[in-house]
Amino acid sequence: MVNVDLLKEMCELPAVSGYEKEMQDILKDHFQPLTDDCRRDELGNFIARKKGKEGGVSIMIAAHMDEIGLMVKKIDDDGFLRISAVGGIDPRTLPGQRVCVHGRDKLKGVIGAMPPHLLDKKSRNKAHRLKDLYVDTGYDRDEIEKMVSVGDIISIRRDLQELENEYVTGKALDDRAGVLLMYECAKELADYNHEAKVFFVATSQEEVGVKGGITSAYNLDPQIGIAIDVTHGMMPGVDKNKAVEMEKGPVISFGPHVHPDLFELMKKTADDRSIPHQIQPTPSPYGTDAAGIQVARSGVATALLSIPQRYMHTSVEMLSLNNIKEGAILLASVINKADDGFVEGLTCF
Amino acid sequence: MLLKKLSEASGVASRENEVREIIRDDISDHVEDIYTDVMGNLIACRSTEKSGPVTMLTAHMDEVGLMITNIRKDGLLDFMKVGGIDKRILVSKVVNVGSDGIKGVIGSKAIHLQKKSERKKPIDIDNLYIDIGATSRSEAKKVVNAGDTAVFESGFEKLDNDMVLGKAFDDRTGCALLTEAAKIEPRVPTYYVFTVQEEVGLRGARQAAYSIDPDISIVVEGTTAADVPDNEEHRYSTSVGEGPALTIRDRSLISSRPLLQLLIETAERGNIPYQFRRTTAGGNDAGVIHLTREGIPSAVISVPCRYIHSPVAMMDLNDYNSSADLLKKFISETIEEGKLNK
Amino acid sequence: MIEMLEKLTGGFGPAGEESIVKEIVKSELEEHSDEMWEDKLGNLVIQRKGGDSELKIMLAAHIDEIGLMITHIEEEGFLRFTPVGGVKKKNVPHKSFVFSDGIKGTVGVEDLDNDDKLKFEKMYMDIGAEDKEEAEKLVSVGDTAVYARNFVNAGGRIIANSLDDRAGCAALVKLMQGLKESPHDLYCVFTVQEEVGCRGAKTAAYDINPDIALAVDVTATGDTPESRPREMTLGEGAAIKVMDRGSISHPQIKNLLEKLAKDAGIEYQFEVLEFGATDAHSMQLTRGGVPSGTLSIPCRYIHTPHEMIDGNDLTSTVELLEEFVSCEEISEI
Repeated sequence: MVNVDLLKEMCELPAVSGYEKEMQDILKDHFQPLTDDCRRDELGNFIARKKGKEGGVSIMIAAHMDEIGLMVKKIDDDGFLRISAVGGIDPRTLPGQRVCVHGRDKLKGVIGAMPPHLLDKKSRNKAHRLKDLYVDTGYDRDEIEKMVSVGDIISIRRDLQELENEYVTGKALDDRAGVLLMYECAKELADYNHEAKVFFVATSQEEVGVKGGITSAYNLDPQIGIAIDVTHGMMPGVDKNKAVEMEKGPVISFGPHVHPDLFELMKKTADDRSIPHQIQPTPSPYGTDAAGIQVARSGVATALLSIPQRYMHTSVEMLSLNNIKEGAILLASVINKADDGFVEGLTCF
Repeated sequence: MLLKKLSEASGVASRENEVREIIRDDISDHVEDIYTDVMGNLIACRSTEKSGPVTMLTAHMDEVGLMITNIRKDGLLDFMKVGGIDKRILVSKVVNVGSDGIKGVIGSKAIHLQKKSERKKPIDIDNLYIDIGATSRSEAKKVVNAGDTAVFESGFEKLDNDMVLGKAFDDRTGCALLTEAAKIEPRVPTYYVFTVQEEVGLRGARQAAYSIDPDISIVVEGTTAADVPDNEEHRYSTSVGEGPALTIRDRSLISSRPLLQLLIETAERGNIPYQFRRTTAGGNDAGVIHLTREGIPSAVISVPCRYIHSPVAMMDLNDYNSSADLLKKFISETIEEGKLNK
Repeated sequence: MIEMLEKLTGGFGPAGEESIVKEIVKSELEEHSDEMWEDKLGNLVIQRKGGDSELKIMLAAHIDEIGLMITHIEEEGFLRFTPVGGVKKKNVPHKSFVFSDGIKGTVGVEDLDNDDKLKFEKMYMDIGAEDKEEAEKLVSVGDTAVYARNFVNAGGRIIANSLDDRAGCAALVKLMQGLKESPHDLYCVFTVQEEVGCRGAKTAAYDINPDIALAVDVTATGDTPESRPREMTLGEGAAIKVMDRGSISHPQIKNLLEKLAKDAGIEYQFEVLEFGATDAHSMQLTRGGVPSGTLSIPCRYIHTPHEMIDGNDLTSTVELLEEFVSCEEISEI
């Protein structure tokens, strides 16, 4: 089974886009034993390198370690903190949420919500907007000013919980679940004698424009880049053509961001090894690190492997751990199959 | 005529195979070298041993279209757009699905069966589907797959007055013009780049520009002409019949003034009619090419087309021919050592 | 400083046509640079070689401004136009505009049912020409006009056109004129085409390939009646940007700027902006990534004909910049 303890530790860590430093140690601890060296680059990406055979192919695997969060925009006269979003936060999920304010020390707080008794009928029917929300730490202005500054990061506080049926729920499963998959893949790879040189990259700032993906791909200049992220799993109210099944396996994406040969290789490998999987036709190339990696330098052959997940970008994201295990096995097999011959064929159209 | 073949070929962003083959067949014997890169861009070159500014001519092979996202239990196909299409023009069209060109229609509820209020609103894309005549998912899956792309069925037609009708003039027009340019000898090292995935965000061109690292770049496009009724003159982007349109600036590029000036001089010297593109909406591959590496001075030549990004666009062959003249004259006479060198 | 700022705001320079205002900078910095050149996109680069350190620092202030480009000349001599950069349509009617050669005009509006229907297509510029022929002697399609030049020193607060980002440019000019020496290699770039998408900075950063990058631009304030809640206030010092929609400043650059300001007793404030981007957005994503940040000058009424800054904030910005480019700790980033 997959390392749920690692997932729990990662998900509960605060690492909002641009401020991912706290993730470095735990990543190093876990990837170091499985790879040859680890480093951090200019934009804070974590890169673990595993050598293959001499002169082999270069493959980059990317899962983003940042999560969406908030930032102190202004401290108002009564000590309440006005907030700005870092990444795609839905303000409607915020009222009643516990948070952590990263000032000089870590301070606990809560995003207040006006009690319904005090709301008029009209207000009760309006969705919350970010500019109306605030963080309450219980301190007044004089006290809070000594501990918190404008620009301090605010992260969501939510423990990872295990539910029935191999499901887990928590915050930042987007994309710490992807990082876990990448780790499990590194573990699987230990048993293979693969030709390719592999870079496991926990990217930074994906949620604010796939920035870590863009710069790390330029740095590493790989021939193949496979991004791991989450995708929408079926839930009420969503059309069948916009979501995948929650338990039918990891998802192989298909669209402009996926090199046709890579897609074929992934699909064939999954079929040959009887790994449950789903195919997701995706007309838009955007939304994951694959988009940033594909356009680096002279171009990179990219693919996207996704984990079905419900309630994305809320603090109750939910997914099935089985998909992660299967995804890791699939990815390791694909890496093992990518040799010089395969890479040569990538530019033949 | 190559333009006819290209217009009728199927090539939604990332599925440009058919178009690539037509171009490859047409120009292989005329160029020094021809190859594809990891994105699928088709790149050819001539005169690489000559001296002078390395010139990159670019046109994109892909067109806007649809992607099948799900095959329903009843055999109907759900789809999403690939690239920018006005959803209101989808209804009541015939499409070709997949590489085998399976025919389907985008139907809608007959007008008799619609409520008056329904008739006033455009049909939402979630309520549209492609019908290939299959009555079950298993029947449909014999001939199509989720992930297949679909294009409008639209035959190329020449009218008596030198006008032509067809789909995908954006940018098979540019591709056709580039193939013509590839058949004459340029004065300077020249790359003819047929890019992929322009319509989903200019996603093929910058990689080619990075590889080639040219000194100058000219993008050849089919662009919108809005010289139609209900539009005031000052809102026409370009006008059909007034020659190739030169871009001063669009949403993604401010053209290089010196390069633009050379194009104007070329047109005037050769008595080629030309106009300026008057709106700044819309972008093209030049937007990403000119910001590659340390920057690449760029300009855009466009052929005016009415109803672009719809199943039937209209273009004046005289504009097409003038554009060809301008492009050929530029690379065989105008551009030379000393002009816009690195 | 104020005279310098007046000179710079007086220079014509819409995105894509920055030659005139670039000349002003060139003449000011001729004697204060080791090398000076214009790159492929037209960015003006001033290099100051450093001492022992091999660290390359790139500072960027954009020299372009927003404007209106003429797209069509009517038979009756009126000019139709399209915005260049983030021009707000409500800030255009009945304002004065000027072209590169000094031709002036004002903007009129077609009759509208109500103000909500205001669009650029409903406006036209009037340069007083009687007909198309007369207009064509004065302007051409493709010419761009900018807000008429104006400059007022209101007791230390400056009201002028284009403080975005001539204020940043003035800061860089003053920095280079006053800087005796620095251990690091300094590249001061007056970037072009920022207003249309931070374009100049992208190619300049690729070319220079710096180790650290800092943009110097203006930022909005929250200190006017019923404004959006924002921290930034005129007169409270140089604003150290933490985040805008274009970039999240590198935490170590943010922390270093704060430390330097505190140690040197320079007035500073923190900035979180809920919209907008600066050249830092482009510089940060160059090649394999560049640790980047922005130092901002608080400014009211951005992208209107009369923007306002506090002269003291500008001075604080220059002082903090000087600390930044001269310090040793910067090598640790």
